[in-house]
Amino acid sequence: MSDEAPITEAELQAYADERLAPERRAAVEAWLAARAEDAERIADYRRLGGALRAAFDPLLEEPVPAHLARAARRSAGWRRFAVAAACAVLGFAVGVPAGWQLAGTRPATLSPSDAVFMARRAAIAHVTYSPEVRHPVEVGADQEAHLVAWLSKRLGVKVRAPKLDDAGLALVGGRLLPGESGPVAHFMYQTQNGRRLTMYVRAEASKNRETAFRYSRENNVSVFYWVDRDCGYALASADLTREELLNVATLVYKQLEP
Amino acid sequence: MNESERLVELIPRLRRYARALAGDRATADDLVQDTLERAWSKLHLYRRGTDLRAWLFTVMHNVHVNRVRAKRPTDPLDEAMPELASRASQGDALLVRDLDRAIARLPEEQRAVLLLVTLEEMSYDEVAQTLAIPIGTVMSRLSRARDKLRAMMLGGVAAKLKVIK
Repeated sequence: MSDEAPITEAELQAYADERLAPERRAAVEAWLAARAEDAERIADYRRLGGALRAAFDPLLEEPVPAHLARAARRSAGWRRFAVAAACAVLGFAVGVPAGWQLAGTRPATLSPSDAVFMARRAAIAHVTYSPEVRHPVEVGADQEAHLVAWLSKRLGVKVRAPKLDDAGLALVGGRLLPGESGPVAHFMYQTQNGRRLTMYVRAEASKNRETAFRYSRENNVSVFYWVDRDCGYALASADLTREELLNVATLVYKQLEP
Repeated sequence: MNESERLVELIPRLRRYARALAGDRATADDLVQDTLERAWSKLHLYRRGTDLRAWLFTVMHNVHVNRVRAKRPTDPLDEAMPELASRASQGDALLVRDLDRAIARLPEEQRAVLLLVTLEEMSYDEVAQTLAIPIGTVMSRLSRARDKLRAMMLGGVAAKLKVIK
């Protein structure tokens, strides 16, 4: 047996963990039989392993504290993940925002009526402005930097006009709208053949709220909306399909991640 | 089963590891909570179909390291450190206390390897993957961690003088 490969320290560790293949196990045992000190050391390792498990395994039997179960379930998070999964199926990736607040300290999520209200306002704004041929926007895409700076200043939060070229949409421009609790930024995009999409952005009074993506249909307008940190967003279009809108939502969402 | 349910299922194991890692219950549960929050925020980085447990322990490891780094300078084991425990220690509470103190004295990176192998019973490959270190490093850290733990828990001159590469 002494002609065989020498016993390594890694093998001794694996032996202590009872993870060695049978043939090497026999070799290690023969080796240890001739070395009392090492044999004792390995036996101690096993004893210590047992002591560690005895000390900490009881945690496995304890009921899970409610706040941890909540943090794991995080239904909004799960719905976002479902969206991410749906997007993955469609060939898109979507991020989940960093900066979740601790469940216990987060304010209540956006109330459905409030969110639905935003979706409705976005749909109304869409049907109001998207048919416009001559005056679809106040400030055109040729002055995008000015537009974004202006809207950011009026809303009091940093607003961006996401690049939606990947979805075949180019920025037309934007305007300021009155919202129920303050100014609203309204961006318009269109495809080469004139199909339009608008993005409604409002500043959120309570920071760090986040909601799942939601979809609604107001008459003929599809709306995707969500709240992420400082802003509530609603994408509205009467021209794009639900899948196209979802694609755009993921693009927007990715770009708005800090 | 969706990721949410699997996360819930893994909580007891996260708690066990966190408890051993962090040394006390409150810190451990904070660590678990931070880990779950972080896991949700990073879920897009998790590749479906791969080992969610290993991924989650990676997240916990990173969260823990960041917290430790933010809190205090590391206090690596002084080789000449006095023995912490004696064989006279009796009872579970004492054992746990002694183990806590001994584990706390292990260098951070050795502690993680030892606990993942011993408590989580991860394969060495899984540990390497979880901690993003080569398997050779896993083995050497495991060896060092055990040697130090042995010296602290079981004492004995022989154990202390033993030199492990």
